[in-house]
Amino acid sequence: MALPKVVGIETEYGIVVRGVADANPITSSSLLVNAYLGQYTDKIAWDFEDETPGIDARGYRAFDAMPPEVESHLANAVLTNGARFYVDHAHPEISTPECRDVLEAVVFDRAGEEIMRQAMAAANAALPNGEVVVYKNNSDGKGNSYGCHENYLLARELPFGRLVSQITPHFVTRQLICGAGKVGCESPGVSAKQVPYQLSQRADFFEEEVGLETTVKRPIVNTRDEPHCDSQKYRRLHVIVGDANMAEVSTFLKLGTTSILLAMIEDDELGDDLSLHDPVCDIRAVSFDPTLRALVTLKDRRKMTGLEMQWELLRRARVYQETHGLECLGDESIGKLVLERWQEALTGLEGDRFTVSHMIDWVAKERVLHAFQERHDIGWNDAKMRVLDLQYHDVRPERSVSARAGLERLTSDEDVDRAVHFPPLTTRAYFRGRCLDKFADDIVTANWDSLVFDTGHNSLRRVPMMEPLRGTEAHVGRLIDESDTANELLRKLGA
Amino acid sequence: MTERTQKQKPAPEKSAEVEEVAPVAGKQGEKIKADLDDLLDEIDSVLEDNAEEFVKSYVQKGGQ
Repeated sequence: MALPKVVGIETEYGIVVRGVADANPITSSSLLVNAYLGQYTDKIAWDFEDETPGIDARGYRAFDAMPPEVESHLANAVLTNGARFYVDHAHPEISTPECRDVLEAVVFDRAGEEIMRQAMAAANAALPNGEVVVYKNNSDGKGNSYGCHENYLLARELPFGRLVSQITPHFVTRQLICGAGKVGCESPGVSAKQVPYQLSQRADFFEEEVGLETTVKRPIVNTRDEPHCDSQKYRRLHVIVGDANMAEVSTFLKLGTTSILLAMIEDDELGDDLSLHDPVCDIRAVSFDPTLRALVTLKDRRKMTGLEMQWELLRRARVYQETHGLECLGDESIGKLVLERWQEALTGLEGDRFTVSHMIDWVAKERVLHAFQERHDIGWNDAKMRVLDLQYHDVRPERSVSARAGLERLTSDEDVDRAVHFPPLTTRAYFRGRCLDKFADDIVTANWDSLVFDTGHNSLRRVPMMEPLRGTEAHVGRLIDESDTANELLRKLGA
Repeated sequence: MTERTQKQKPAPEKSAEVEEVAPVAGKQGEKIKADLDDLLDEIDSVLEDNAEEFVKSYVQKGGQ
């Protein structure tokens, strides 16, 4: 049986400081993170002149570097909602906590936007001049890309080769239902005249079928093997091929369809016959053609459109639902909803795609661009088209185009506000978030898979969290409630 | 911040093209057109000034 599909999203935001020429993005990202943390601590100071602020994150809900590429002197923190908020590669980044289902992940993804808004407000209140602004997109239109990554819990015993060949057809064609849309093209040798508008922000940047890289020669399937949990039992599939979404339904479909197909691959129910001959070529071809006529080529040289591939994947997912159920996605209503909305999206795309402009980012954006072009009688190469594209991803309510594009909400403001401060109840993020909230002064470092306490003893005490589905409210809620000190909690945990 | 004059501009001859983008018959089509007009009015009012400069200044370091 497929494992429960615990999921999370990491989003690197684009960042600029309006009114300040050549602002250092690392400094401004650090300012953003520290300003946010400063709202919740009473001791924060930073040096505007310093390009590499030597701010010790331990002062504010400490958190040491986890992935090897993270520089530990950069702002880096864990929040009480179980998320991580930090500076990565000159971008502010938020990783949601581990979520038990994809709808919950949508809520925490939105909470990430809210955290960014609060961080901007705090940073700008402190700035003598200029305004820090972040964009939830994946490209600057000049050949520089930054990611929105998904993470899925998988069984270690799943053969990786099978995973690569079987999930790739979805990674190449799912942009139809979750591409964020982009004006112009950044693929070498392809002009914006040839591709004035495409489905995906990211497709231009994928050069390999499979590999370890994430910043150059990006692969469609990333092989980073860093499970952040029991590596004997689990894998964390680190998906780097997606776009950051503004449409909640797009995020929901991106995570939901991928979760189902991964479960099918774990149970060996998806099949090898859809494997692609040249996925790197196909991912661009599909992205470049908003009329959806582009063909992908299978290993056996059959050709089909991206839409036909998506229909076939949906058909197989329905068969899987009947034979295996979709409990691995959480409550049975979730899997059912994914399949329904997936079908609705494909049906809309097949007919008049603007009937699903409330669901799918690239269609919503295209609709606005078309209408704007008509009103102002301008072409695709007009700079206003690119401004509209950028502002679609502006998270400030007063400037956001996506907030005005009629996108359907799956979350409520109350859910999102709660998720800014409180962790999910049914994953280990609960333990992390609650401990950080209640015992912050006694925590030296927090990590995805451990918390380290300093409670005045000779040695630090590490609490491992190797099981993503332990440390939930049901497991430890009462223990935390009834412990007045970290010492007491550790004693009760038997640590 | 300069208010755009286009904001006030009616769009009398646009309906046929809008229909083509979103071919919905009758009242619903009218509503979509009206919605789009409202949307465009709003977008005109929130769009950043000086588009060329704005686009030029949006430069990011590559990330993951």
